[in-house]
Amino acid sequence: MIQVNQLLKKYNGTTVLNIESLEIPKGQSFGLVGNNGAGKTTFFSLLLDLIQPSNGKILNQNIQVNTSENWKSFTGSFLDESFLIGYLTPEEYFYFIGDLRNQNKADVDALLAQHEEFFNGEILNNKKYLRDLSKGNQKKVGIIATLIGNPEVVILDEPFANLDPTTVSRLKKIIKDLADNPNVTVLVSSHDLQHTVEVCDRIVALNKGEIVKDIQTSKETLQELELFFAV
Amino acid sequence: MIKKFIYLEWKAFIRSASFGKNLAMKIIIGFFMIYFSLIFIGMGVGAFYVLKDMKLEPLVTVNKFLIYYFLFDLIIRLLMQSIPVLNIKPLLVLPFKKLTIVHFSLGKTALSFFNWIHALFFIPFSVVLILNGYDVVEIVFWHLGIMAMIYINNFLNIILSNIDKLFVVFAGIVLALGGAHYYKIFDITLFTTPFFQSFYDIDGVFLIPILVLAGLYVFTFKYFKKNLYLDAGLSVKHDIASTENLTWLNQFGTLGTFLKNDIKLIKRNKRSKTTIFMSVLFLFYGFIFFGNSHQPAVMHIFAGIFVSGGFLFVFGQFVPSWDSSYYQLLMTQNVPYRGYITSKWWLIVIATFVSTILASFYIFYGWEVYLTIVAGAIYNIGVNSHLVLLGGAFTKTPIDLSNAGGAFGDKKAFNVNAMLLTLPKIVLPLLLYWLGLHFGSKPIGLSLVAGAGVLGFIFKEKVFSLIEKRYKMEKYSTISAYKQKN
Repeated sequence: MIQVNQLLKKYNGTTVLNIESLEIPKGQSFGLVGNNGAGKTTFFSLLLDLIQPSNGKILNQNIQVNTSENWKSFTGSFLDESFLIGYLTPEEYFYFIGDLRNQNKADVDALLAQHEEFFNGEILNNKKYLRDLSKGNQKKVGIIATLIGNPEVVILDEPFANLDPTTVSRLKKIIKDLADNPNVTVLVSSHDLQHTVEVCDRIVALNKGEIVKDIQTSKETLQELELFFAV
Repeated sequence: MIKKFIYLEWKAFIRSASFGKNLAMKIIIGFFMIYFSLIFIGMGVGAFYVLKDMKLEPLVTVNKFLIYYFLFDLIIRLLMQSIPVLNIKPLLVLPFKKLTIVHFSLGKTALSFFNWIHALFFIPFSVVLILNGYDVVEIVFWHLGIMAMIYINNFLNIILSNIDKLFVVFAGIVLALGGAHYYKIFDITLFTTPFFQSFYDIDGVFLIPILVLAGLYVFTFKYFKKNLYLDAGLSVKHDIASTENLTWLNQFGTLGTFLKNDIKLIKRNKRSKTTIFMSVLFLFYGFIFFGNSHQPAVMHIFAGIFVSGGFLFVFGQFVPSWDSSYYQLLMTQNVPYRGYITSKWWLIVIATFVSTILASFYIFYGWEVYLTIVAGAIYNIGVNSHLVLLGGAFTKTPIDLSNAGGAFGDKKAFNVNAMLLTLPKIVLPLLLYWLGLHFGSKPIGLSLVAGAGVLGFIFKEKVFSLIEKRYKMEKYSTISAYKQKN
């Protein structure tokens, strides 16, 4: 599904990301962990063609992301609040994304109904623009918007941050459901080892731009990771 | 303590996004600042001699129009001068005295562009008056009085800025007073002129505005100090949102999706709303040129371009920066660039069209004048709309939508790029028109301009491909530029 080859990103001579090779098969739920500055967001930005690689390439379903834009039709992503349009209401935002992904209003409504519990009554019909929502609620909107149009690749950067405990456990369920679907590849990054271990089949740890661990999740994974990140 | 504040302000100033890292840009900004300053100073110096030439007593005449000057100044301030509230927040929990914070942030407004720009006019004007034998002391008093009036406006703006749409009320007052004055129903200046004149004539009267100013300062100070809480004066007002579906636009496919979004963009953000107001102002630009024998005929086309092009210049100029805050989102969606650009183009075309219809009152000056505007509109649609969109690929200043200030003057958004890009849009039609006028007649000049517009329209698809390519090339640097907001 996703293939990374000799990927290198440098800023003014400093290497911030250097991945020799990485392959994420279709249907996998992939967790990316690491400290601040490890290169998680850089990797996702490269995957979404928001920044240019200094060297190497990324293929998303055999489409090289920085030469063709065809990956956009099956990839849903939410990196941060800059993916939200502040002056829209949540509904308008969902329909806007729906329009861009060829989903009609009924499709979007059906998806929203499915996730009503996740919204906890704080999102829809609240007479608020996105810019006036709290950080956590903005995140809820952004995450659900990535699911519009049944994307085959879902990319979430730090989805657990800023969410209340109840929402975190609901989000875990959503991600697990996605992971259970053999057609959907989920990529999640987080600082939180426990959450990531819970929802992902495979965990890759980055440190200073390089892959330092690549493990299939098992009972011992959390301990192993905690040991690794402990000082 | 004040030293610390000044340090922060200085950093904020030199590091503001649009101040630019580029040396060439700084030089150009400097050039424009000097240019405009010189214009104001020139006006200050020249006003005396021009008025004298017209056999008017300069000081009295200036005093006569001051009431309109101040009202207009207040309107501009209400529209554009922003209040220094937002950057107070991080200071609250630091060991600063509240008194100092308030004094400083009020004091800071005193240094605003909106205040010192007036000095550039009034100081030379006062100096010329003195050189021409007016009493030195009295002129200084008059000057102090006027300066106090300007600062009264400054603080009025701070107090009144919490009330939405107040500028409409003031604009209404100005229009009503001006209209009544013009039709000789009621002349406000009969009352205000003696008052302003008495700053000069009667010792001590100038103390009145200074006392009012002092009172206003104390009032503003108390008001601010009382409201220096996150849930009071520092709270950000939330609008009550209503979902609009605008389903009638669905029939246009992707184009409709973007148009829907753009309409909401314009309606729901302060900064973009002012562009509508500005475009209306542009409609009246022609009054300076038409029916004015002092202006050379070739300048008519200049007015023709601007009358219908207000929206094009104030909105189109900043595409795609309007979408800067969520540009990353657009780049990850299945968005064809062409659809995006086409939607903006249509928006510009519709606005230009509507402006042209609204400008039909110029028929009052004769058909030829209106045809000039129509020719300008055709040129705007055919050529300038492409130029602004193309220029947009290079304008990488992120726009903070919620901030109304900035279209002009506000140091943080003084965009010289935009001004430079304006020049070719006007110079070319001016040249075409001049050629037509010089070697033929007015109709030939107009048809040359309109013809250029039609030509541009014919090559629309080609130009769009070019623009699309440009946008793609600039994609990464645009994304990274938009990320660097304050």
